[in-house]
Amino acid sequence: MALPQRLATRLEQRLAVKWPWQALKAAGIVGMNARNGHYIARYNQRRLYPLVDDKLRTKKLAEAAGIHVPELYAAIHTEHDIAGLAALLERHERFVIKPAHGAGGEGIVVINGRQGQDFVRAGGQPISLDALQHHASNILSGMFSLGGMPDQAMVEYCVDFDPVFAPITHHGVPDIRTLVFRGVPVCAMVRLPTRESDGKANLHQGAVGAGVNLATGHTVGGVHHNAPVQQHPDTGAQLAHFAIPHWPELLLLAARCYELAPLGYLGVDIVLDRQLGPLMLELNARPGLSIQLATGQGLAPALERIAALPEIPSDALARVRMSVPDFDPNSTPSSTLPDPDLHQEFYF
Amino acid sequence: MNIKHRELGLPFSPDQTSATWTIEARASFRGDGRVKLSWALPEDPPGFTILDEDFVIRDYGLAQERVDGQRRALLSARRAFGPQALYYRISVNARSTAGRQTNTFPGYPEVPDYPELYRPAIEKLLADVRTQSADIASFARQLILALRRDTADPAIALLQDEARSLEAQAQQIVDLLAGARIPARVVHGLDLKHGLLEGRLRPMLEVHNEQQWLMFDPQTGDMGRPAEFLVWHHSRQRPLMSEGVSNADLRFAVRRAEARTLDLARGLNAPLAQFSLLGLPLHVQNTYTIMLMVPFGALLVVLLRNVIGIRTFGTFMPVLIALAFRETELLWGVVLFSSVVAAGLAMRFWLEHLKLLLVPRLAAVLTLVILLMLLFSMASYRLGFDRGLSIALFPMVILAMTIERMSIVWEEHGPRDALTQGLGSLLVAALAFLLMTHRQLQHLVGIFPEILLIVLAATLLLGRYTGYRLSELWRFRSVWLPGSNKGSP
Repeated sequence: MALPQRLATRLEQRLAVKWPWQALKAAGIVGMNARNGHYIARYNQRRLYPLVDDKLRTKKLAEAAGIHVPELYAAIHTEHDIAGLAALLERHERFVIKPAHGAGGEGIVVINGRQGQDFVRAGGQPISLDALQHHASNILSGMFSLGGMPDQAMVEYCVDFDPVFAPITHHGVPDIRTLVFRGVPVCAMVRLPTRESDGKANLHQGAVGAGVNLATGHTVGGVHHNAPVQQHPDTGAQLAHFAIPHWPELLLLAARCYELAPLGYLGVDIVLDRQLGPLMLELNARPGLSIQLATGQGLAPALERIAALPEIPSDALARVRMSVPDFDPNSTPSSTLPDPDLHQEFYF
Repeated sequence: MNIKHRELGLPFSPDQTSATWTIEARASFRGDGRVKLSWALPEDPPGFTILDEDFVIRDYGLAQERVDGQRRALLSARRAFGPQALYYRISVNARSTAGRQTNTFPGYPEVPDYPELYRPAIEKLLADVRTQSADIASFARQLILALRRDTADPAIALLQDEARSLEAQAQQIVDLLAGARIPARVVHGLDLKHGLLEGRLRPMLEVHNEQQWLMFDPQTGDMGRPAEFLVWHHSRQRPLMSEGVSNADLRFAVRRAEARTLDLARGLNAPLAQFSLLGLPLHVQNTYTIMLMVPFGALLVVLLRNVIGIRTFGTFMPVLIALAFRETELLWGVVLFSSVVAAGLAMRFWLEHLKLLLVPRLAAVLTLVILLMLLFSMASYRLGFDRGLSIALFPMVILAMTIERMSIVWEEHGPRDALTQGLGSLLVAALAFLLMTHRQLQHLVGIFPEILLIVLAATLLLGRYTGYRLSELWRFRSVWLPGSNKGSP
């Protein structure tokens, strides 16, 4: 053994401490370099990125595969299309306008109703038709797209999100991010908007992530700005022990998304609609690593186990059973308050 | 590398005691067939010993002649077409003793026949200067000062108008001194500065006080040869005269080198020595000294990003910024960079109202950056910092891109991220600058470019590093730091 290593071991024994990186490794935390080098570089083919970066294409692929997505009312490709916006919107009380190439929730406008000539945004502020058309024009000019490339605007169904999350969210739409590795779901979290994140479900903007136990569909503790939290910072509600409705359906849906875009390392964002159930919102080819803090579990053991498999089944159900062996697609979560002791292992 | 060191005696460290310089003069021109060049060469320059000289002139015939007390090379070719470049390389060693010098008295000059228009002005000036001076040296000095003084005297203004270029000003003083029957001449020389690439000769004034030549700066009136000023020639003829060519130009490149590397540059018989930079033309060598350091900067960025986890704009933006710092020195570079980026960012946010598309927006930011740079240069010059002028060479495209990146990050991820990444870029750039301008390292790489293979190996190794970044130890601190696990049951 090399001298520095021997010294390190000696010191470790003497002080009975682990070095931070050893503790991280023992906890199975995957770092940025490992994610980029071992997983994204090896399992994500670059030519597939456009499938997920363009939300219009993702949506079309999903519709063709029979995966539920929010209904597309219209796609605006040119300035000329904007003129027809008024007639189109006549038919819809509630809708969302967003850029097809947007990232990080930028440029999304949610309309919840009408007030005379004007529309009403999710936060309650009115917005005129003129302003909406200007917004659509901005989207086309590439204001919200990565690298400022010319973009398309999408008008789609506004999710009427399941009230189960109402106590633990602040405005905005919570979504469920599942990390799917080689088609096998490996972990999931609910992303809950906060006042700080301004209704957006992005963790780096201050949203809270609550880890989900894949087997039961119940939330465990949460994470806010890289620190573990047990309560929603705005509402004060407990983050653990929520049963996510339609969990089995949701998990299966996430696994099936691998068939649309065979990216080995894939983030699937799903929203829960009150009437329609789980709807796939978007896919992500470079999902972040904070999910490990939300679930309180490092990803490495699961990823390594699945990476070692010579072959993975082509059937989504079989793939889900690889992470949840007694998975039953027709079961419903037992109650909203399961036995708290069940989840103790998920805390550090 | 070891072989080069042991067998060829290439030194591992730059020798700071012996000031030895290699100067390369490059004559470039367009030939249209028959070409004749007459090229002034230095001879016993005061304060220096010539160690070695040689020409790189391929198909040209070479002869030496002496014109007007000046050694000149005659170069000729019967058929030379298109762009041509001829090189003359000289190695000189600084020496403390004055050495042999041609101090023979040239005789008193004739009083020139000044034009009618100037004569009263000149006579008045010479009379004034005479009353203020004690001997020839102080006469010359007072004359220069009188001419340079920013005075309202119309006579002097007339003379100032007559001579605009440095060259003409020096010649004018010689003519005026002749009016007082003081022998004087214009000499041309080079300020030796390590790394000089496109240098030109600078005129100086020499006045003979009946014992020896005294040198004066025709701008400031300072007496004496400036340190590290190499006198190149001292005749009235131009340094490069040509027949049958167009666009003739004479440029100089300068390197400070060590005596031992010079021995090698002279020998150049060992085949291995061909694989050092010393075999290349000087201005190419100087460019490579900069280029060879870039991989070190890149390696540093790899280390700081992938191992430490410092966030920066883009990947190699910090290296480019570090290269820009070469023009301004570190402290000024940081100040100028921060102020231009801050002001540019403010303007960029204002541009946001106009809702421009990407490319026009970038072009607009670029234009604003150049205007800003001009403003900073003018302001700093007014305040008396001439450092502010060096910003003119600060690569503005890099600045424009930085501003654009920063404003996008600002809008998409908030000011906190933008400032973190901005400061990160600046920090990495500063460290890269310090590494890339490290003298010992520069010397080592200049002589042993194969060190870059080690850099390459280190980069490849780091490319396979998939361990944690230092910043991630902090990001995931809740896993190992017991105190941070607040609020858990």
